[in-house]
Amino acid sequence: MNRPIALELKNISKYFGSVIANKDVNLTVYRGEILAILGENGCGKTTLMNMIAGIYYPDHGTILIDGKEVVIRSPKDAFEHKIGMIHQHFKLVDLFTAAENIVLGVDDNKKYNINEINETVAKMAQKYGFNIDPKKKIYDMSVSEKQTVEILKVLYRGADILILDEPSAVLTPQETDKLFEVLRRMREDGKSILIITHKLHEVLSISDRVAVLRKGEHVATVETATTTASELTEMMVGKKVELNINRPEPKNVCDRLTVKGLNMTNSDGVKVLDNVSFTARAGEILGVAGIAGSGQRELLETIAGLAHPATGEIIYHNPQTNADDNLMDKNPIEIRELGVRLSFVPEDRLGMGLVGNMDIVDNMMLRSYRRGHSVFVDRKKPKDLAHKIVDELEVVTPSTKTPVRRLSGGNVQKVLVGREIAASPTVLMAAYPVRGLDINSSYTIYGLLTKQKEQGVSVIFVGEDLDVLIELCDRILVICAGRVTGIIDAKNATKEQIGLLMTETKSANTPKEENNNENEQ
Amino acid sequence: MNILESSFVDYLLTAIPLGMTFLYGCTGEILTEKAGHLNLGIPGIMCIGGACGCIALRILGKTNCPPALIVIIAILCAFLGGVLMGMIYSVLTVTFRANQNVTGLAMTTFGAGATKFIMSGMATNAAENYIYALKYFRFPFADSTTSLKYCGVMVYLAIIIALVASYVLNKTKVGLRLRAVGENPATADAVGVNVTAYKYIATCIGSGIAALGGLFYIMDYSGSFEAYKSIEPLGWLAIALVIFTLWRPHISIIGSILFGMLYLAGTQLPAMLGIKLSISATPLMQMLPYIVTIIVLIITSVSKKRENQPPQGLGVPYFREDR
Repeated sequence: MNRPIALELKNISKYFGSVIANKDVNLTVYRGEILAILGENGCGKTTLMNMIAGIYYPDHGTILIDGKEVVIRSPKDAFEHKIGMIHQHFKLVDLFTAAENIVLGVDDNKKYNINEINETVAKMAQKYGFNIDPKKKIYDMSVSEKQTVEILKVLYRGADILILDEPSAVLTPQETDKLFEVLRRMREDGKSILIITHKLHEVLSISDRVAVLRKGEHVATVETATTTASELTEMMVGKKVELNINRPEPKNVCDRLTVKGLNMTNSDGVKVLDNVSFTARAGEILGVAGIAGSGQRELLETIAGLAHPATGEIIYHNPQTNADDNLMDKNPIEIRELGVRLSFVPEDRLGMGLVGNMDIVDNMMLRSYRRGHSVFVDRKKPKDLAHKIVDELEVVTPSTKTPVRRLSGGNVQKVLVGREIAASPTVLMAAYPVRGLDINSSYTIYGLLTKQKEQGVSVIFVGEDLDVLIELCDRILVICAGRVTGIIDAKNATKEQIGLLMTETKSANTPKEENNNENEQ
Repeated sequence: MNILESSFVDYLLTAIPLGMTFLYGCTGEILTEKAGHLNLGIPGIMCIGGACGCIALRILGKTNCPPALIVIIAILCAFLGGVLMGMIYSVLTVTFRANQNVTGLAMTTFGAGATKFIMSGMATNAAENYIYALKYFRFPFADSTTSLKYCGVMVYLAIIIALVASYVLNKTKVGLRLRAVGENPATADAVGVNVTAYKYIATCIGSGIAALGGLFYIMDYSGSFEAYKSIEPLGWLAIALVIFTLWRPHISIIGSILFGMLYLAGTQLPAMLGIKLSISATPLMQMLPYIVTIIVLIITSVSKKRENQPPQGLGVPYFREDR
């Protein structure tokens, strides 16, 4: 390839505390090409791009633009080097018009004349084939229109290197096709485009080359034309990590929770759950695999009574009365009063699971404050429980009186999981319970979940790491864009098989799920 | 002109100068809130502004300094006093990301207390009280024979500042960026706007403008050092006026006059209409501006029009690497 090099990364590393986000990444981007950055969730794609865009500053390594070493300390610096990033979570001022957002922060010494700016924006949109009204307010816009504004914003500043963070995550397939058309036109215009994605078919259809990241490290960069989906998957998920999670055979298996035909639409009108049906069994761990934001959160929230879907049924087979209870349209407390015990470990630990400013004992009481008979709370039992959790799960904390927000992520997680398990549930739902945990803490959590399973609890485990899902779970439910694309036996499953199901695009007409429920590292 | 009409004009002409006290505080607070900072220290800042201006007046009044210069220096001193208070508030809330409400309330308590300390010594000599009144510095076209006799130079200054603020906010790049900072600081930051600088400058200038309101009230509207005592309650009305005018400085010109009329309704209306009202009813009538503000709040909350809502980032500290 004889095209000039636009951007070069040399040995870039970035750490968040003790967590490695990127390690010794080397990357080259040519002028007039589309480079896809491929990798699993949390492999450091976004962090890497944020360093080019000036949001983060690398701890080690150098960035070269047009062969010259540059220092990018802020988004402003990035713009000066003609780098623009379109973030996954749009950075737009809702109250402003498209044109106002586009011109915001531009330093061109010209007089501020909104009519002129409107015209320039309209002209530019026409050049690249966008369809947009510069005078429309952002809060009136659809997701794809907002994305258009983001792209125009970057182009207006004359960016030559564009970074798109999962641009198709929020678009319908038709909108994605349109976007790709525009991107190709920009490539012909000599621009370099970096696309972050974990959708293989998109990589194959749009990119010239693919750079694969795994666990913060750059695995390889290959020509798209000479590679295949299975080859990329292998690079993406990588060498098998020896896990050896103890997985006892399920005993006394019986149906505990039957979900039938759940449908749910979010406030943006995007379908987040599409005819979801499955059965969770007692004495078994049901894994849920899927790309972040494919509807996992909504599914768990629905079962926990926190969200109410449009249609569907959730039948709970009560082990005490042998009766079937419908959990639909009941609030979390009603679900408890029915004798249905669901313990929910939300993926957003501090937001939904624990109160950061309260200590461990008080957080224990969040689950039990309704017990007791007088107006005064009984602090004895929660205190014992707190001590038990600290001892058994080896929570590192100065005392049980420390506010949980001061604990490290792993310890916060242990407190939360410990509390949920202490409620002796019959169904235990855990969403990303090991996110951000080191390997030892992760194993403690896996052990806890397995122990619950042995005690006849029906465990639903939403995970990211396919290796873990395969090792830990008995069955794996794969969800893609709110649809269940398969329920497979974990013992015979392969990562490739799950990976394909995760990115399956059978129904080109179904709008894609919104991807902003979770933050990627 | 019949009696009713002329007494209404008198009512209006006393309400306008009083309203300007609110207008200063309101314009200052709008600038601050547009940068995303809820400065509840405005009443205290107005007190300090009044005190600083009065000190300048008292010192210079004993020299041979020309009157016009004294006025300008007094105004500058009040402004600088406000900027200083704004600086303290900014350091605490922008740099150290302290809770804005608590910081603001502390500023108000401090400002009102410090002013009492400074002014109570000055207000003892009743004969001296009126000597330095700005009331008597008027534009030539507004001398004491015209009906504009109630309006000193600072009345015009308040309106000019409000108009300039409105123009800057809505028609310039600086205003666009300032509004972006208040709405969504992360977005402004991502496009290279210096969020911290905008917050500091808007808060300090806003505080400076608000501080002029204190000086205006003491030396222009009432013309007596004693008046420092009633600035603080008026400062709260200025903050209510911000909500009433839906964060628009040009509307606040009308709004401030309306607030002035409502505030004076208890004393002026009965006299105008020839009704006798018990003296204890006056404080009740002074509740009117607040009631009107509550009604406006209810209407805007129900209508949910985005343009009429407070800046989205109001009261939320911004830290770039917060995740």
